[in-house]
Formats: sequence, C-alpha cells, structure tokens
Amino acid sequence: MSKITDAFKKRKALIPFIVAGDPSLAVTEKLVYQLEEAGADIIELGIPFSDPLADGPVIQAAHARAIKVSLAQVFSLVKKIRKRTAVPIIFMLSDNLIEKYGASKFYDDCKKFGVDGVIVPDLPPEESPADNIYLIAPTTTEERIKRIASASTGFIYLVSVMGITGARRRLSGDLGDLANRVRKFTDKPIAVGFGISNPAQAKEAAKSADGVIVGSALVELIAQKQFTKAIKLVANLRKALDAR
Amino acid sequence: MFMELPDKNGHFGEFGGRFVPETLVSPLEELTDAYLKYKDQEDFKEELDQQLEHYAGRPTPLFLAQNLSARLGGKIYLKREDLCHTGAHKINNVLGQLLLAKRMGKKRIIAETGAGQHGVATATGCALLGLPCVVYMGEVDVKRQALNVFRMQLLGAKVVTVKSGSRTLKDAINEALRDWMSSARDTFYCLGSVVGPHPYPTIVRDFQSVIGKEAKGQHFDLEKKEPDYLLACVGGGSNALGLFFPFLDDPEVKIIGVEAAGAASLCLGTPGVLHGARTYVLQTSTGQIKDTHSISAGLDYSAVGPEHANLKDMKRVSYVTASDKDALWGFKILSETEGIIPALESSHAIAHLRKMKLSKDQTVIVCLSGRGDKDVEEARKLV
Repeated sequence: MSKITDAFKKRKALIPFIVAGDPSLAVTEKLVYQLEEAGADIIELGIPFSDPLADGPVIQAAHARAIKVSLAQVFSLVKKIRKRTAVPIIFMLSDNLIEKYGASKFYDDCKKFGVDGVIVPDLPPEESPADNIYLIAPTTTEERIKRIASASTGFIYLVSVMGITGARRRLSGDLGDLANRVRKFTDKPIAVGFGISNPAQAKEAAKSADGVIVGSALVELIAQKQFTKAIKLVANLRKALDAR
Repeated sequence: MFMELPDKNGHFGEFGGRFVPETLVSPLEELTDAYLKYKDQEDFKEELDQQLEHYAGRPTPLFLAQNLSARLGGKIYLKREDLCHTGAHKINNVLGQLLLAKRMGKKRIIAETGAGQHGVATATGCALLGLPCVVYMGEVDVKRQALNVFRMQLLGAKVVTVKSGSRTLKDAINEALRDWMSSARDTFYCLGSVVGPHPYPTIVRDFQSVIGKEAKGQHFDLEKKEPDYLLACVGGGSNALGLFFPFLDDPEVKIIGVEAAGAASLCLGTPGVLHGARTYVLQTSTGQIKDTHSISAGLDYSAVGPEHANLKDMKRVSYVTASDKDALWGFKILSETEGIIPALESSHAIAHLRKMKLSKDQTVIVCLSGRGDKDVEEARKLV
C-alpha cells in the first residue's frame, strides 16, 4: 500500500478509471501507459461484471462491452504492464468475482502480479476479510466514518454525491464539510469520486481532497473510440490540478 | 433454533449479510431500527391485522383438495393465497412494508417486479395509502406481462422499463437499488421477496409468515396433528418461507421447496454475492451472473433468499426442481380436478405432488401462492 500513499505525497493525485478489456485488453494496456504519461498518479481498473450495482449507464455499458474478459486475464495484463511501468494500479470489482476466484488466491495474486490496492464497492468493512480501500458516502454516520477511516488502506474513497457513478452538472456543495468530517478521524489521503467529469470540477474537488477519481467522462470517450481525446482529457485534468 | 436466525448482522449461517455500496448502509440501518421499533408495537400490529383482514381478505382458507388427493394420494391441503386481494401472497408483505414506510415518514415508494405480482400489489397498497409509486420492470417481462403493466398504471403507478443486462427481474432489482442510492432520504424501497441486503430477507419473511401461522392452526384444527409435509415453489422464496417459517423448529414436519428447472439457484447454483446478500447464485465459472429461463416470470431469478441457502446447507429443507413441462401438467391437473387455475409459479409445487407417493393418512400443505388468470394467455400457447 505504500506505493499508493506515496502517490499522494508529491501532488494532488489524479486517478483515472477505465474498464479492463474495453474495448480490448490490448487497448487497455496502451491506455495505461498513455494515462500515466498524461499525468495519472494511480490507474484504477474496473473488472467486468454482469451486474455492476453502483454504476450508472456509461460504466454499465463498458462492463457489458468487456463482459467476456475474466479476472484471470486482467491479472495477466497487469503482469505484462509491470514489465514497463510501476505506476500504482488498483482494481475496482464486485465481491462476487472475488468469491468465485477465491478470496485468498485473489489477494495472493494481487501481490504476485503487482496490483497495489483493491476497491470492492459492494463490500463494506463489516463483511470484509481483507485490507481494502473503503468508501465513505454523504449518508455515512460519524460512528462509521471513524471505523471506515481506520480500516481503509492506502486512501479513503469519498463518494461526493448520493447515487451511482456518472457525470453531474455540479459537485455537491457539502464536499468540503464531508471531507472535514473524515479528517477529524484520520490523516490518510482522501480521494473524491462519483460525478467529477471536467477540469473545473476536479480543481474544485481538490480544494478539499488529496486526489480525484474520474471515470464516466473518460469511459464515455473510450466508448466512442476517441482515445486521443480521452488522453487529452486526463492531461487537462492534470493541468487543472497543478494550477495554483 | 432455525427460528432464531438471523444474527444481529443479518447472517443466516454463512449466508445473508449486507453487501451493498456504502451509500445504502445508512438507509438499511435506518430501516432495521424502524422495523425493530415498530414490529411489536400494538398499534402497528393492530393496523396491519385490520388491513390484512378487511382489505387483503385474510385469513385465507386451507382447502382439502379431495379430487386431487384421490388422484395423487395422501391428503392434499391447499393454502389459498390465490384468494388474497390482487391474486397472490405478495400483498401480505406490501401492506406491512407500506405501514412501516408511513411510520418512517417516507414520501415516495419504489419497487421491482418480475411477473408483475409484486408490482401490482405495491401499486395497490400505494393507491390505498395515497403514496406515489414507481415500479421497475425488465423489458422482457414488460412484454410478456403486458396486462400487469396496465394494471399498475391503472392503479396510478409509474412503470419504468429496465433495458440493462438480461432485462428481467435481476436487472429490475439492480435499477431499484440504484434509484434508492440517490433517493433514500425520502424514498422507501418496498422489496418483494426474501432477498437483498439485511434487513429485507427478515422483514419480508416475517410479514409473509402469516401464511404459515394460519396454516398451522387450520391444519391442527382439522387433523389434530402437524402436517407430514410442506410444499411450495421457490423463486426468491417469499411464499415458501412464509409457509415454512413457523414449522422450521418442528423436525417431524418434512419440508420441500420446488425450483423452476431453468432457474434453480439452490439445486444448480454455487455460493456467491448478488443484490446485497451472500447466497446461492447461478453463475459462470468466472463469476458472471447467468440468465435464467423459466415459463414462469415469477421464478425467473438467478439467486434466492439467503435463508433458503442456509436451510439447504443445514439440510432442514429439501430443494427439488420442476421443468416447464411439469409445471404445465400441474397447471392443468389442478384446473381440471378442483376448478382452481393456479399461477404457473404455484404449478411447480403442484407438479411435485406427483413424485411424492403419499400414503392415505399422510397430509401435505401446498402453498397455492397465486392465481393463474395472468398466465392463461401464455399457457394457451403451450398446453
């Protein structure tokens, strides 16, 4: 996990999300290198699942496009990527995929192949046997914030809005308050996700957080096979985060 | 001992629990607290009992099907949930949950539906209580249950067609949960079966166990003993648990759940996590959820209630399958011998009677979970 924590030390962390295998594993591999070059500090790979509960239409469609890609194939992809770059990679996946793969084999393979962190959106810490990156939502009570903040490893994933993933016209006005409520209990880095789609929103979110996660806006461009534009978006997000 | 489950975190042995996005944890805690607060309060119980009696039409009869018994052996009793208002057991749970919603001050109701029976029941309860209602329904089911879509609209509900995934019940639940993730502050999710995250499997079971409580008393009055067998169809499993639950700690009562052969999560699935619970799931070797195919939309579901998963592993209940063909046989035989047209779901339970070879003083209670009017058109094409 120290690779993850380190990624937050030098600058505001930029964490792009893409679905592995959308549109193909070969393209995903190329995108990882290009995302890093464009200024990503951590790459978040979604593992395709038939029923991604927390996702809006854009990311659901990406899962459907890549549905034939298995978790084992994504581990092989990471192995290949590790020959070229050490950029931190985290997996975001539904708990059923881990159950089926076997939880202990899954976490062993994360270590073995170089996956630096795991986010399981449908696995709250109460049900979890392992060290994951956990989410805190606007509805999370103070008592749970305390528990989740102490259980989360690497960083804390702050869900900026009530609801599912997808672009929003504006960010929640309470983001600063929510971040402050979390910081009372921890000095772990906080990354904000859900609903951040453009450089202005990223800059705004970074006022209260240590990093931002951008998914749907990027995945939408990938859906249209606008790969150059997708990389450009990440470069622009980088610029916005670095601007004073 | 089975009747003491789940534990306080909603676990039935290795199954159940609360596998949901963080946004839903607080709404589920709020629901759990409200349920525990109100369920034993006298005025809540009285209001629910009143509605069950005067609106839903309870108690439902326990009918001795003499002609069918003569054909198939034993003494076959039918618990007539098909005579409930709206034509199925679903109303029992809906009335309970909607009273809870009102006590909690929720202003809007959402629900999912497969065959449309739970959707119709929810739309009905919302019409009665004056609450706005949105029902999520897969596109495939919207097409094959067009009449129920119209019924819901007539009752004032908005029906949202779900076009993601396999476009059936599984996807309707996904979409209802997604709605709830952004609306939980003022919206109550009225879930229709003993599935989903804690506390839903417990709440739905408790509201449905009126079926088994009545049947237990009625059977005892008639036979002066406990039944030898209980029999019910299992999709998500709410009518089955409703009948089974009050008998679970009577080891002499043998219990059988009948799944649709094309959607047999317990008989053919493996443990996994779907819709917020750990349970038996129909899935591929890499963990993708499989589509199901049953003649009965109400059983067409890739998972099953977590309490059933535990009852299977603990060997308290035996689970078997009936094919589409078996179900059509059950549909016909009950119509012909007793003048009762059963729902295709319940027909799966009827079909299993043929295999049981009961002796003449053995008794069985079959949960006739719904009436078959909704299925006549579908069956006409196939019989």
